[in-house]
Amino acid sequence: MRKRINGYLLAGLFLTAALLLMTLVGAFHTPYSPTAMSGADKFLPPSLAHLFGTDNFGRDIFSRVLKGTGTTLTIALATVLIGAVVGTCVGAVTGYFGGLADDILMRLNDALTAFPSILLALLIIGLVGPGKYNVVLALGIVFIPSFARVTRTAFAALRDVNYITSARLMGAGSARILLVHALPNTLRTLLPALTIGFNNAVLAEASMSFLGIGVTPPDASLGYMLSEAQGMFTAAPWYAVCTGSVIALLVFGVGLIGEGMQALDREVD
Amino acid sequence: MKYALKRVGMLLVTMLLVSFLTFLAFQLVSGDPVRTMLGTEATEAQIAALRSELGLDRPFFVRYFDWLCGFFTGNLGTSFSYRQPVWDLISSKLEITLLLSLISFILITVTSIPLGVLSYQWVGGPMDWVRTAFNQLCMAVPPFFTGILISWFFGIALRVFTPGDFPGLHTNPAGALRYLFFAAVCLSIPRAAMTVRMMRSTVISEMNKAYVRTAISRGNDRRTVLMAHVLKNSLVSVVTFLGQTMAELVGGSVVVEQVFGIPGLGRLLVTSISHRDYPVVQTLVVILAFWVVLAGTLADLVNQYIDPRLRLGGAV
Repeated sequence: MRKRINGYLLAGLFLTAALLLMTLVGAFHTPYSPTAMSGADKFLPPSLAHLFGTDNFGRDIFSRVLKGTGTTLTIALATVLIGAVVGTCVGAVTGYFGGLADDILMRLNDALTAFPSILLALLIIGLVGPGKYNVVLALGIVFIPSFARVTRTAFAALRDVNYITSARLMGAGSARILLVHALPNTLRTLLPALTIGFNNAVLAEASMSFLGIGVTPPDASLGYMLSEAQGMFTAAPWYAVCTGSVIALLVFGVGLIGEGMQALDREVD
Repeated sequence: MKYALKRVGMLLVTMLLVSFLTFLAFQLVSGDPVRTMLGTEATEAQIAALRSELGLDRPFFVRYFDWLCGFFTGNLGTSFSYRQPVWDLISSKLEITLLLSLISFILITVTSIPLGVLSYQWVGGPMDWVRTAFNQLCMAVPPFFTGILISWFFGIALRVFTPGDFPGLHTNPAGALRYLFFAAVCLSIPRAAMTVRMMRSTVISEMNKAYVRTAISRGNDRRTVLMAHVLKNSLVSVVTFLGQTMAELVGGSVVVEQVFGIPGLGRLLVTSISHRDYPVVQTLVVILAFWVVLAGTLADLVNQYIDPRLRLGGAV
């Protein structure tokens, strides 16, 4: 009998759902305006009025974290979407058809994965300039090779499986075979890869914004806020601790989901 | 030996490809470094003069070839924004960044392989989920966040080192190494957790193989089989993974350096990318890529020593 859920999956889904819900609420309503400054409320420690305290301008950190999580999440989701869609297409075509295109694309892939991903993203930012959309573009491109590699293996394994050959015999076109017959059966490798990709995207965006070449003000992402927070760590340690913890919890939750999916997968075997 | 030569050949080809792509990428940019350097007030004549001074008016392939030759003869060009030879600008910073990534690499290797084997022995135990969750947590905390906490705790509270005051690598090597050690710890934690996780799953799947069953049925105890046979067979994929780790470590160093105020390549890389200082960026990209590809090549060579089948070009 197949188990449909396990502890990791449950805990991960719960944590992620809670963070998502908070971010969704934060998109429409925050306790204070994330940009409202107040000279009298500088460096207030966490309290009921200010859950995460206030910063050097007296801004409410909880409200800023809510907005920042929204930015970080949007960027990470958009990035994974670009990487996964393009990567899966490349992986499907190269894995299913093989041949010269496969050889060339995979060599190029190897060359790209040999690059530090941050460096590659930095280079693309250097070419197109910083900003929210350019970060998505840069990281999206950076994540294509890893998705292509994972899906290529999955599609290549299906190439000569009986139900695929049968579909081919019955006259199904390649596009139909890939989409209808092969794609659903690659999900067990694709879904965990998505969780890993999402986490890498969150961390990469945070690092880039931390370096000051990612999201630019007035947009604030968690990484950018953390770089602000470092400068005032002795005066307001709660700023860095709260912001950093939210990044860690976000990645932790999605990581648990991935762990849970892989555990389910092992039970099927 | 033949295999090693082939690997070195592949390394050179990859490097040539990387250098060409980097060179090409910066030619395709819309921004013009000369206009950035001279500002908006510059006349067309001034622009043309500076362009020919920097050699930017020559055809693309001539410039690429020149630069490539310069690379091998030690002439890396002149920085556009600092008007200084690139090598003078980067050499002291480069050694710090490479050293930082090397220390982290060693830390990851010496901690994760024993921990990976240990964690196999806990599989199925009552507290196994705690370790799995802890492992996920280690992967989730970004190094720059750990960096802020560690530099506060060991730097400000315990005064083991002074954050922001990096001792010279040549004047005070011990102090510099201690400083780099803390940064390396932050950098290593997530990657070490990943390596442990990967080691563990490799050992699990290896322990289910027929040769293990045979060895155990012949009366060996599981521990001996694990240490004598399974460990060696599991190492191949772990070594490959460690080789790829170098890429992430170099990238991560750039970020962690900012947290600790280490005078490595981080700041220079960021400013020279945003100022379109091509000679500096090209050199840095090629050197860092070389470091990464070198790690991959060494990993392959170690693997073919561990597993002779690889020498014959076989797949495992």
